[in-house]
Amino acid sequence: MIAMQEAPVAQDALVARLIDAAVEAIADNVDLLSDLDRAIGDGDHGINMLRGFSAIAAHRDELAAMSVAAALEAAGRILVMNVGGASGPLYGSLLIAMGKAAAREGASLQSILDEGVAAVKKRGKSDRGEKTMLDVLVPVQVACAEGTPIERLRVVAKEALEATRPLMATKGRAAYLRERSIGHLDPGACSSALLIDAACATFLEDEP
Amino acid sequence: MTERVSIVIVSHSPEVARGAAAMVRQMVGKEVKVAHCGGNADGGLGTDVSAIKRCIEQVYGPRGVAVLVDLGGAETNSEMAIEMLPREWQTNVVICEAPVVEGAVMAATEAAGGSSLDKVRATAEEFFR
Repeated sequence: MIAMQEAPVAQDALVARLIDAAVEAIADNVDLLSDLDRAIGDGDHGINMLRGFSAIAAHRDELAAMSVAAALEAAGRILVMNVGGASGPLYGSLLIAMGKAAAREGASLQSILDEGVAAVKKRGKSDRGEKTMLDVLVPVQVACAEGTPIERLRVVAKEALEATRPLMATKGRAAYLRERSIGHLDPGACSSALLIDAACATFLEDEP
Repeated sequence: MTERVSIVIVSHSPEVARGAAAMVRQMVGKEVKVAHCGGNADGGLGTDVSAIKRCIEQVYGPRGVAVLVDLGGAETNSEMAIEMLPREWQTNVVICEAPVVEGAVMAATEAAGGSSLDKVRATAEEFFR
């Protein structure tokens, strides 16, 4: 029993810390996400994300014992089965694709991000500019490809979120509002920015 | 019972899903298998991938399944549910781009006549174009 707990320490700790940071980021912002969604959607983004990330938290120890690749995939499947809105398959596809990419030989943060973002585009039949989570994910992916340091990626995510405000939604529930979706932050972009910030903060803990 | 295309109704609302299924049954009785689901895992408005998957499994047959959905999340979650089915089933389950209530009634009526899955889908979709 003790031997099992002492297994591959560094990696265990990373998965567990990423889970804790992501769950906290969502739990602390449930009202913010739901308020943003109430303005231009159906108002359930906060509670849906909380349902999904609480399910991940419930499997924390199991996930922490896996490799990063396997944990990403498993966490993605948990989101798919538990969120209850479109964000389930979207975030689920993101993590599942990131996990598959991470399992490949020669995987890098870039290749993992690239495959994850491609999966979200495919699942959502969307791209940046439609006032969705992709309006945060794609700029972060691009910045990462340009060699932007992690602490700066947090700023890129934040600025990208703010840049969704003037956009008119053409995908998702907000698209039904047409021009009236202008002037509001996108809730999916907001949850993406929160999760990226949480992940970056966790990675930065490891930097000397 | 002769094999027919089956119908699955997916709505964010359990009441809408149940009501649409009742309207379908009124048209086609037991000639066509119909399953419905609505609501998230907590019973609130939303859709649930595992419930959708169970519905498809419940009515799946060799002629295939036409899935009718209401809003975006219902479609995305249904696509996900279809991808979780056995590979040889996946091409035999289609989502119709039609309003959930009217589309379900149109699709079921077409299915009751013994039409193929392609024809059932086309009827549901074309009626509203």
